[in-house]
Amino acid sequence: MVPHPFRVERVQRETADTFTLTLEPAAAGIEIRYRPGQFNMLYLFGVGEVPISVSGDAASPVPLLHTVRVAGAVTRGICELGRGGTVGVRGPYGTPWPVEQAEGSDLLVIAGGIGLAPLRSVVYHLMAHREKYGRVAILYGTRSPDDLLYRSEVEQWRGRFDLDVDVTVDHAGLNWHGRVGVVTTLIQQAQFDPDNTVAMVCGPEIMMRFCVRELEDQGVDLGDIHISMERNMKCAVGFCGHCQFGPEFICKDGPVFSYQRIADLLDVREV
Amino acid sequence: MVVVAEGLDRLFEALRRREFTVVGPTVRDGAIVYDELESAADLPTGWTDEQDGGHYRLERRDDEAVFGYVVGPHSWKRYLHPPFLRLWRAEKRDDGFQVARDEAPRKPYAFLGVRSCELHAIAIQDRVFLEGEHVDPIYRERRENAFIVAVNCGQAGGTCFCVSMNTGPKASQGFDLALTEVLEDGRHYFVVESGSDRGAELLAELGGSEATEVELTAAEVAVKNAVGQMGRSLETEGLKELLYRNYEHPRWDQVAERCLACTNCTMVCPTCFCSSVEDVSDLDGEGAERWRTWDSCFSGEFSYIHGGNVRQTVKSRYRQWMTHKLATWYDQFGSSGCVGCGRCITWCPVAIDITEEAAAIRLDDRPSEQ
Ligand SMILES: Cc1cc2nc3c(=O)[nH]c(=O)nc-3n(C[C@H](O)[C@H](O)[C@H](O)COP(=O)(O)OP(=O)(O)OC[C@H]3O[C@@H](n4cnc5c(N)ncnc54)[C@H](O)[C@@H]3O)c2cc1C
Ligand code: SF4
Ligand code: SF4
Repeated sequence: MVPHPFRVERVQRETADTFTLTLEPAAAGIEIRYRPGQFNMLYLFGVGEVPISVSGDAASPVPLLHTVRVAGAVTRGICELGRGGTVGVRGPYGTPWPVEQAEGSDLLVIAGGIGLAPLRSVVYHLMAHREKYGRVAILYGTRSPDDLLYRSEVEQWRGRFDLDVDVTVDHAGLNWHGRVGVVTTLIQQAQFDPDNTVAMVCGPEIMMRFCVRELEDQGVDLGDIHISMERNMKCAVGFCGHCQFGPEFICKDGPVFSYQRIADLLDVREV
Repeated sequence: MVVVAEGLDRLFEALRRREFTVVGPTVRDGAIVYDELESAADLPTGWTDEQDGGHYRLERRDDEAVFGYVVGPHSWKRYLHPPFLRLWRAEKRDDGFQVARDEAPRKPYAFLGVRSCELHAIAIQDRVFLEGEHVDPIYRERRENAFIVAVNCGQAGGTCFCVSMNTGPKASQGFDLALTEVLEDGRHYFVVESGSDRGAELLAELGGSEATEVELTAAEVAVKNAVGQMGRSLETEGLKELLYRNYEHPRWDQVAERCLACTNCTMVCPTCFCSSVEDVSDLDGEGAERWRTWDSCFSGEFSYIHGGNVRQTVKSRYRQWMTHKLATWYDQFGSSGCVGCGRCITWCPVAIDITEEAAAIRLDDRPSEQ
């Protein structure tokens, strides 16, 4: 429950307010082995600690990659640390995306905005084990072209013949030649067998709801749809109580849940 | 064993010889609270408490009963899960910073006067902090060596409902010693039972005598009296399912009109465990500390995530609290989160009563369509 100091080796600017940090443990012997979808608590000296998903390749846990969007004091400070700065890290916490259970199925990776960060680990995993999956579609939507994460990397994915990558934005100027529209429209066009598909969805709660509705309309079983939830978290180990969502502790029972498990709660306001 | 009232002095001595810090009930600011005690003279001898919804008053008893009250605003969680605690301190160094946990050796606690409902509350917090995937080292250090002297209730309070929750009034487990106080026919003594080897060992030093049939019966009668005096009751049959299917019940709106979201109920509840952390740094920026404080699901920021609080309305916060106590707790930790101590009823400034709220929903069960 005590953070380990990690040194910032690199800060990559993704968008105007989002940065990917490459972190190396400051002391020998510290290694955070994680699975796609898990998160760490990142601590900014004297300021605070926040949950941030790992956005790197779980197969090579060092260095550690986190993609952070500036939301307030802690995330701003972390993004401003710069190379050579130190951030505290403890983890990993939470449930992973069910990448093993999804083997043999078609896979839909659906991300909204910063939601691509925890799903990038899934993409790395499935690229390394591509033969284990059926058709794979990566559907990504953001508000505007300026909000797209990992642009050159997404272009590389797009270039692969064994991945269907589709990107859309809600609004765009004239120099955008891609799709415009909400991410749910991409689901309508994607190729998958609804009876044998696992969907992993991450983004704003409202976006996930609409995606689930669309997937359900297309015939995907609710038990095969997985989403990642966000709630206030102070401890990440089930002690502080802040992340409760009905009987679930988002930090330890989630953040990744099968939609079926929490569907009823999602129907109630302010749970 | 039977120990006369003066035997309490010997109990204090025996606990001190074993290097325990004795914590127990004492009168302060018009209430019986838990604090570190020097001797049996600090105990609330001759006092009782009158309790009802939103009402608590100390009164003089017409006898010298030492444990002739019920429970006050404090609970043992103050010691096992302190309200304000430094978790660690970090110092800046050339290569970043170094974090050190506070590991000052402390004397273990002896808790004196733990009621049966409170033993259950401790067992519930044990499940939260010790029995899951993660263990809270702070709670463990404090809990592990604590010596527990339980007291069986000889009278129940106006807001008690341990009988409904199956948590009292007689201590059945989780203690080193358990006392039943008897005042009868001009005699004043304690029937003492040991619940552990170290309890038995200590008991042998109290200079007691073998309990007679008459004395044992008197102790039993005292506890039976308490059973008959429960000020409240709560029907627990199917309660979890009832609350799960009534998330949208209009009663939540009604209780929200009264609830001040003052957080009192969560502060006094012996099982409520929620906390927050505060990170602070020294003025020179060279050192930083993390403090943990009790928090409450009744506060707005409790559920804050970027963009706003998830539980904006008081309705949703009261619903969260009560549904947690009486329903979701079962799924999380395998038991009720309420032990029926009545504190939340007594200390609510507007006398909101968890038993009454649950009964109202039961009376008007409205499964929301899902
Ligand atoms: C499991 C999980 C994974 C996450 N992964 C990422 C990620 O990969 N990248 C990223 O940029 N963001 C992620 N977030 C959101 C991120 O934690 C918040 O943006 C961050 O806590 C905001 O903190 P702040 O102090 O900068 O902002 P403020 O808005 O000032 O927040 C104040 C405090 O409220 C709490 N808080 C605010 N927003 C959130 C939130 N959304 N979730 C939880 N607590 C919150 C924190 O305790 C925070 O310190 C994740 C959240 C969760 C729960
Ligand atoms: S909910 Fe109320 S009655 Fe139940 S344990 Fe907590 S304070 Fe006591
Ligand atoms: S129920 Fe009573 S004690 Fe609890 S927050 Fe509301 S007003 Fe305060």
